[in-house]
Amino acid sequence: MIFADAFGWLLDPANWSGGKSIPVRIGIHLLYCFGAVLGAALIAVPLGLFVGHTGRGGLVLVGGSNALRALPTLGLVTFLYLVVGGSTVSVLISLVVLAVPPILAGTYAGVQDVDRGVVDAARGMGMTGAQRLWQVEVPNAMPLLVGGLRNAMLQVVATASVAAFVGVETLGRPLLDGIRVLDYPQFVGGAILIALLAVVLDAVLAVVGRLVVPAGVRLSARTGKARPGSAASRRREVPTPVESGGSTA
Amino acid sequence: MKRTLAVVVAAAALVVSACGSKEDLGGTGQDAGASGEVVVGSADFTENKILAEIYAGALKATGAKVTVKSGIGARELVVKALQDKSLGVVPEYTGNLLNYFDKTNTTTEAEEVYTALKAKTPSGLEVLEKSEAEDKDVLVVTKATADGGVKSIADLGSGKYALGAAGEWAQRWETKIKELYGVTFTEIKTTDTGGPITVDALKDGTVQVANLYTTSADIKANDFVELEDPKVMYPAQNIVPLLRSDAVDAKGKDALDKVSAALTTEKLAELVKRVDVDKETIANVAADFLKSVTL
Amino acid sequence: MGDIPKYLSDAGTRAALLEKLLDHVYLSLVPLVVSIVLAIVLGLLCHRFRPVNAVLVSLSNVVYTIPSLALFALIPAMIGTRVLDPVNVIIALTLYTTALLVRPVAEALAAVPSHITASATAMGFRPWRRFLAVELPLAVPVLAAGVRVGSVSNISLVSVGALIGTGGLGTLFTDGFQQRYLAPIIVGIVLTLVLALVVDLVLVLLRNRLTPWVRAGGKP
Repeated sequence: MIFADAFGWLLDPANWSGGKSIPVRIGIHLLYCFGAVLGAALIAVPLGLFVGHTGRGGLVLVGGSNALRALPTLGLVTFLYLVVGGSTVSVLISLVVLAVPPILAGTYAGVQDVDRGVVDAARGMGMTGAQRLWQVEVPNAMPLLVGGLRNAMLQVVATASVAAFVGVETLGRPLLDGIRVLDYPQFVGGAILIALLAVVLDAVLAVVGRLVVPAGVRLSARTGKARPGSAASRRREVPTPVESGGSTA
Repeated sequence: MKRTLAVVVAAAALVVSACGSKEDLGGTGQDAGASGEVVVGSADFTENKILAEIYAGALKATGAKVTVKSGIGARELVVKALQDKSLGVVPEYTGNLLNYFDKTNTTTEAEEVYTALKAKTPSGLEVLEKSEAEDKDVLVVTKATADGGVKSIADLGSGKYALGAAGEWAQRWETKIKELYGVTFTEIKTTDTGGPITVDALKDGTVQVANLYTTSADIKANDFVELEDPKVMYPAQNIVPLLRSDAVDAKGKDALDKVSAALTTEKLAELVKRVDVDKETIANVAADFLKSVTL
Repeated sequence: MGDIPKYLSDAGTRAALLEKLLDHVYLSLVPLVVSIVLAIVLGLLCHRFRPVNAVLVSLSNVVYTIPSLALFALIPAMIGTRVLDPVNVIIALTLYTTALLVRPVAEALAAVPSHITASATAMGFRPWRRFLAVELPLAVPVLAAGVRVGSVSNISLVSVGALIGTGGLGTLFTDGFQQRYLAPIIVGIVLTLVLALVVDLVLVLLRNRLTPWVRAGGKP
């Protein structure tokens, strides 16, 4: 019943034209999501590679990134709005902060998990540090790194709706406005759109992941236990570094 | 063996605590009814939160057990919460409440609105005496816009300006403003309920017109100009307690009536300013006000 | 920042903060405890019956894509609870946390080496006792890792409930925002972080207690 009404809302032509139409909101939602994940990747991937490669600062990194995870987005976004001013900037920064830990965890775990024997063999072959990083560690870290990106994207897509609280026209708008007035079709419709977007983006990143993971690594990953694509395999890529950081807490 | 025991005990503890919490959940449902506890709710803006706290204080003074659930959402959610017994009392506004109960209403004058409201309030719910204190929706513009010749809603014209308002504004007023004044907006931007986003959007020019409330401290602070409403689009909005009839006893209703009698628009605006501008706590501001009321 | 001492100087505020903190603990930890139990039961089912595994994995995939705010508000419409009932937030977070934990539990159970279960059986352990005494304890490290992620994520998600009137410390964010008052927001963020840290510490201690062989350097 609720869902039937929600589909009614979704299919209502009035919601498909004009400045506040569903396509416009999807576009804005996507801009925020990609912007945030890209921004977070620019910070987290180099940091994760550095720490994973050199082995320095691992504990600090894991501890810090766990603390970031605990930061409530609603608190962060309201704080930033009052301090920095401007909805767009505060929402973007909040989402970047949200996306950093999973990407960092994925990258770091990816590099860390590379078979030490393989790295030693590379060293034995006379590879320099940079060569080992780019030719051995990065390709082998790809599956977990992409897993981190997918995980980050999932969280960002869902959370970009909460961020609409400080006034941006993402898909969170129908959700927030609908809930205030108990307009079920509107907010369930909004929720369905967000869920669909999450699924689609995840599938897209999965395909991208398949393209960037070298064939050899893919083969060994398949024979191993990681099964890319399922939520649990993504989630499992998160706990690993948390687990390894357990002793710090 | 010892470990087996430990695991069994741990597992049992988990199960027990899980069940325990399930029972607790039933208990925290806070039946705002016969049990004697009154839950006062409020919508998600400062003034309404202050009023809820004042109501709660007044009810406590009659010996009732009171809890406050603040910042719930808009009217639709609040009324639903009253009906499903999550709440017992909420501070409301006569005009908008009447329009909510009676979508076809055209009354706007204070007494008529109040009479109509009493008639239209669904059974099970009731409104008490209205207060003379009022907090109306008001459309405001910046001083610059006003100096450019916009003094009344009628001056907004058709498709000239963007409006910033709470999410439910369009649903409530978009048709009415067009009927009465022929006014349409280039965009109705969803901001918040007279809060920082609305005010900032008006200040930075994202919108040129904003829907605020007459008791808002932001109007004076920013030199905003209230637009006249000669055709009375916004009805009278006297403060009135809306309650579920069985949630509050006669003593409690009497106390709420005394609160309404003591409240004036000026006093209310002062209370809002003390919270929003001077950052005093809602609880203290409400308590101060209650000292001035003989319950 | 100078506002914070002023903000905290009010006794009423401090009492309200404590109440919000306790609400927050309740709203975030009850789902955690309930889902640990659920995840162990479901994980066992997954481990024993393969088809269940496939169903649960797809279900948890779906659960994860639903925005928390929407789930909080949808639950009353679907199961008839009252709109402001804290149980809505608790059920929603239980769903998320269980979805998070089931798969690792099932995998951890599957990862128990067969020679260990075989020895336990040979020693006369009946299946049910073998599960409680051997397989479950060996799954604790993996379960604990998941629980730690779940606790952090619950503690941070509860705040979202503030948008529907049940938010623990989250109400500090919405209230502070409306007043343009940083003090409550900062206090809310700090309390959330401290809470997450304390709960995490407790979980680590609990895990170490339950897995003495790890510290002793033994391998299962």
